[in-house]
Amino acid sequence: MITEKIARQASEAIDSRLRAAKFIRTALNHVFPDHWSFMLGEIALYSFMILVVTGTYLALFFHASSAKVIYNGSYHALDGQKVSVAYRSVLNICFDVPAGLLVRQMHHWAALIFLWAILAHMARIFLTAAYRKPREMNWLIGLTLLVLALVNGFFGYSMLDDLLSGTGLRIGYAILISIPLVGPWLAFLFMGGTVPNPATLPRMFALHIFLVPGLITALLGLHLFMIWRQLHTNYPGPKRTNRTIVGSRLWPAYTGKSIGLLLLVFGVIAGLGAFFQIDPVWTYGPYDPASTMAGAQPDWYLGWVEGALRLFPGVNLRLGHWLIPEIFFPAVLMPSLLFLFLYSWPFTEKLFSKDTGDQNVLRLPYEQPFLTAGGAGLFIFLLVLLVSGGDDFLALAVGGSVVEIRTILRIVVLIAPPCAAVLTYFICVRVMRRKALRTRMTSPEASAEAAAPDEMALEPRPPVDVHELTPGGE
Amino acid sequence: MTDDGKQRKSGLTAFLDLCRETLELGGKTLDFLSTAMRQMQAPRRPPEPLAKSGRSEDRELETEAQIQRRERIGTGLVICFFLLAVLGGIGFLIAYWSGRNNTQVLGGSLALFLCGMGITLVLWARLLVVQKEAVEQRHPLQSSPLAQKVAAKAFCDGAHDIRRRRLLAWMGVGGAGLFGAMVLSLLRSLGMSPDKSLYSRIWKGGQRLVTSDGKPLSLSSLETGSMVTVFPEDQIGAERAQTILVRVKEHLLQLPSERAGWAPSGYVAYSRVCTHAGCPVGEFEAEQSILLCPCHQSTFDVLRAAAPTGGPAARPLPQLPLYADADGTLRAGGGFTAPPGPGFWGIS
Repeated sequence: MITEKIARQASEAIDSRLRAAKFIRTALNHVFPDHWSFMLGEIALYSFMILVVTGTYLALFFHASSAKVIYNGSYHALDGQKVSVAYRSVLNICFDVPAGLLVRQMHHWAALIFLWAILAHMARIFLTAAYRKPREMNWLIGLTLLVLALVNGFFGYSMLDDLLSGTGLRIGYAILISIPLVGPWLAFLFMGGTVPNPATLPRMFALHIFLVPGLITALLGLHLFMIWRQLHTNYPGPKRTNRTIVGSRLWPAYTGKSIGLLLLVFGVIAGLGAFFQIDPVWTYGPYDPASTMAGAQPDWYLGWVEGALRLFPGVNLRLGHWLIPEIFFPAVLMPSLLFLFLYSWPFTEKLFSKDTGDQNVLRLPYEQPFLTAGGAGLFIFLLVLLVSGGDDFLALAVGGSVVEIRTILRIVVLIAPPCAAVLTYFICVRVMRRKALRTRMTSPEASAEAAAPDEMALEPRPPVDVHELTPGGE
Repeated sequence: MTDDGKQRKSGLTAFLDLCRETLELGGKTLDFLSTAMRQMQAPRRPPEPLAKSGRSEDRELETEAQIQRRERIGTGLVICFFLLAVLGGIGFLIAYWSGRNNTQVLGGSLALFLCGMGITLVLWARLLVVQKEAVEQRHPLQSSPLAQKVAAKAFCDGAHDIRRRRLLAWMGVGGAGLFGAMVLSLLRSLGMSPDKSLYSRIWKGGQRLVTSDGKPLSLSSLETGSMVTVFPEDQIGAERAQTILVRVKEHLLQLPSERAGWAPSGYVAYSRVCTHAGCPVGEFEAEQSILLCPCHQSTFDVLRAAAPTGGPAARPLPQLPLYADADGTLRAGGGFTAPPGPGFWGIS
């Protein structure tokens, strides 16, 4: 067979230079579980690739300068207007660069999908308790990737120097400067002075296209390396124990599916970029310090911060001579506490759980009612905040006044999350009981297995592989 | 003399060695040739069987008949989607090179190509690849306690060879500290210290209020219930200097007593930068005498020194003292009552 001959020759050629035969074998045999929820992280990875590709194209045409020029390009509605070089270059991308608008809209859509996929992926990890030993480190890396993605998204749409992004930057500055003690220093260090000022755009550009994506790439590499080393988790099921992994192999089934998914993610983003307008900065107009867009909204992934900004009451807290601005609590303290909770969760959980050793079989959400209830509460909390970020639109839609709507939302944001948590808890308990009942009726062995899933964790470790001790055994 | 003799002797030994080696080499060559001859005559042994690739225990999920039936359907489907993708690809090339730069056509054809190829591959993996379930044993992540000890020992053995370790540690700490200080110093070039501009109250006493076109304003410029954005003469268009000038009915004003003279003929002026998040407080609702920030809907009462009345803002907009000079031109009586803009730690 010609294939075998080529495969063997290629394998020999690579191996004789890199001693890679064993790696190639294990790589091709690597087992990936077949469950749709494992695709979420992949979608995030692929949309990041698209962000890098489209972002590189855009960076070739974008000029991060707030120097003022008179616009005189193909978009005649703005002819003769004083705009910044940055804004002009964006209009140039939209109207003059071949396929420029397509690539820009794809870039923005890819960013939204990137964030969506990360959050969905993390929700899956959280609700199935996949962060348990040995995967705690990867949970921390994943959270850091989320933070970097949020920050870079903000930089991205704040660089264009249109009216909306200028408003966002101002709010960003206000948030930064509100931090007690170091706020003004941080704001000046990062933005180069009070906004707007000429230093800000080049700094955000450097961070957006170089530093943050570099960090994301490095951490992604580490993230994937750990998954590769530790293997995926498995949902509970036949043959799936703490010491096995069940699924399809990298070659050929998984390769086909995964590259197919990459192309589909790319294709869907291309379709969105083609047919669904996003961030049409030419209709917003250039940034002008003396005006604000009515109904200014951040991208959805920052909507919860915007909502918190709106709902938090105006408390004027002074410590003697010093002020803690009202914006500090919803925009700095609340997100910090949230991320502190998320970062520490795998370790906090260890204080309560009796798990020992590696946990390679996932828990289903209903099997851990307490955790799922907490997740539901958190989700509803963030969702109410997200809705509050558009309370002016909500007021328009339902025909109330913003003040009334806001009063209602202030109550809802406090009451809904605990209600959702309690409700979820009881639903989980009910589902668990019903499942237990059903398995007990069908087979006695199955019920014994289902009743004590933790016993697998207590299985003795297999005897140590002697090869591990010899040099080069791996 | 002795040296010379030694040399000669060693030269002789070397020569003898060389002779012996040559002979040995000849013998080896002969040996090799003869074995080679013998091997060539001998019947070729069957090739060594390959070790298992490690996937022999994978379980096929279907029967051969099922696979074959699926193969027929799959082939047709895969070809259909590939043709769609080709259509998209050709469409994209035509759309691009025609120079029309139509986002919908370009993006639509690109999406058609990518989705077509993606579906082709996924279908291939699902229909034209034999579906198997692989079960693998996980190797325990943890090495044996011995291996862990050996790793730690390797570090300790190496560290043991380092002399004057304490000195090295001190030098390391010192060098790192110095380097940190150097890097932090470089950060200084990123921004001036915040003190100067942050605390500025922008206006100087006696400055005229001018519009964004630079026109000065007088007592007769505004009707009651209207507003205009003004700047100090020397900072037209500056973000932090923007000021909102409103004319209200004089008898309705409820300014604190020390600000009683700051509103000639019902003109009051406040910073236009919201104290909450720094957006321009752009909307004036004359009936309720309220200034509204469009970002987070904070409201400020114009009649009561711009005190916050609703929304998330906690502090009033800084007020600008006003007076009218002899010709009725409006002038600033001094700076804002506080630095304009969002709050921070040291704001008074």
